[in-house]
Amino acid sequence: MTTLFSSLRHKDSQRGLLLISPTVLWMVGLLIIPLILVVITSFGRRSPDGAVIYTFTLDNYARLIGISRDLPCGDTPPPCFDDLYVTILWRSVTLAFQTTLLVILVGYPLAYYVARASDRRRNTLLFLILVPLWTNFVIRVYAWMMILRTQGVLNDLIGAIFDLFNLPFQPLEMLYTPGAVLVGMVYEFLPFMVLPMYTSLEKIDDRLFEAAADLGANAAKTFWRVTLPLSMPGVVAGTILVFIPVMGTFLVSDILGGRQVILVGNLIQRQFLDARNPAFGSAASIILMIMTLIITIFYTRKFGFGEEIVSA
Amino acid sequence: MTRKRSPWLTGVVTLVYIFLYAPILVLIVFAFNSSRANVVFEGVVNQGPCGPFYWFCVLFRNQEVLAAARNTLTIAITSTLFSTTFGTMAALALQRYQFPAKTFSEVSLYIPIVIPEIVMGIGILVLFSALFRWLNAALGLTGDGRLSMGLGTVIVSHVAFSVPFVTLVVRARLHDFNRSIEEAALDLGATEWITFWRVTLPIIAPGVLAGGLLAFTLSLDDFVITFFTTGPGATTLPIYIYGLLRRIITPEVNALSTVWILIVLAALLISQRLQSRQA
Repeated sequence: MTTLFSSLRHKDSQRGLLLISPTVLWMVGLLIIPLILVVITSFGRRSPDGAVIYTFTLDNYARLIGISRDLPCGDTPPPCFDDLYVTILWRSVTLAFQTTLLVILVGYPLAYYVARASDRRRNTLLFLILVPLWTNFVIRVYAWMMILRTQGVLNDLIGAIFDLFNLPFQPLEMLYTPGAVLVGMVYEFLPFMVLPMYTSLEKIDDRLFEAAADLGANAAKTFWRVTLPLSMPGVVAGTILVFIPVMGTFLVSDILGGRQVILVGNLIQRQFLDARNPAFGSAASIILMIMTLIITIFYTRKFGFGEEIVSA
Repeated sequence: MTRKRSPWLTGVVTLVYIFLYAPILVLIVFAFNSSRANVVFEGVVNQGPCGPFYWFCVLFRNQEVLAAARNTLTIAITSTLFSTTFGTMAALALQRYQFPAKTFSEVSLYIPIVIPEIVMGIGILVLFSALFRWLNAALGLTGDGRLSMGLGTVIVSHVAFSVPFVTLVVRARLHDFNRSIEEAALDLGATEWITFWRVTLPIIAPGVLAGGLLAFTLSLDDFVITFFTTGPGATTLPIYIYGLLRRIITPEVNALSTVWILIVLAALLISQRLQSRQA
């Protein structure tokens, strides 16, 4: 070993390559090559036994953007426009936007409060955000299933309140609705937004607030002109950490949305496991990836790439 | 420094904390439910020698759960060892050396962050199924001797998504490293190898440990990548729970969740202790 290392002495590049090689091997073998395979598969066709015939056809993409060549769309004979998959893609994008926006609105006060708390309380408050974060993703979705069920905890609670005032109460159908999926998503991804926001807010020098107050700014003005601009890196990092995973999630919509709320993640999962059409599933993945990248690039161009992403 | 805080803010933040903890509370309470169907809380279970902890006893006697727990731990420990080693090596390479394809290496590490996990998962699925089909045909493997998805594929995939995070954490630690300490060791006659083990590694150890802990938790928690890369006999706890959610759910799932939450709580408390001792 010693001879190996002394022979490499002063040979920075060889040593660097040696150290980086396992990582690069893994990144190429398990990320880059698989991505290329997905691209290749997306141009393929499904064989009758559910395998992939590798050809070059754009049929899968055409189907995704709504061009139906073989099957009728309702009463219209083919070729026609079938909005099935476009609706799913659009639903995924809007849900990801709604989730991100709600997570910012709910998370900001929390991050602000924790960042401005006294040192002792800050650690406890931060700890209390970490516990749900590290509780398993699947378990957290299950908890919301228990709460939102027709005979679930929330309906019981509302029912009890109605009883108190002697009002008639019909249990609400909350599970398997878009609202249930939204609540589940916000719950799952809230900590990913709060932590980078907290890092940004915590860095702000207290003297800046004093200076703003001395110069006659009221609380609202201080917030808009000092706090918010200085915490933007955290918001940007949090947005990236929330938006990208939400776009691809299938678990939350699967458990809380049932068959009512199908997202692009569910579409991909089903093509690979139930429908056995990997070619179509691959095309959907590529569309998902492209949409995510375009939105992320557009967003980071506008707001910069969040440095705080590392600290989360 | 303490400031006057608006009661509105305190109110909102209290509501957010309730939002965070209400589901966890519900999970724990229903682990003591006497109703097997577990839809309505019918009272505290009191059955068998375990009394109110009946469902926990059922849980610890469930062979499927125990096997899943074993798999989860095997995967987490093995993948953590690999990803921590590779990540630390990569951090050293990127922080200290110039080499060809450095930019490429750095960019490739960001892939798992900017690409939805499901795309990564199906990509690895496509890779392994093509690879195994080819290998099985080439080597003439049949029946049980065929290569298929299992613990191995899950471990290899977990290493892939953990390495970038370990690298980030260790690099942050290396950033503040004072290299004159290493030069002193070399001047005093230590070989580079000894300098690494006796000087460099102990100094960056907290970063390596933090990176390792992160990799371990990511692996333990992972659902999506495991979902697409697992095979028969390699079910992990999250996959097992997901399977139950689509069928019958007894309070046993809640007992399992409760145990999980308690372990997370303990692990977080310990890591906080360690951190505060360091500081």
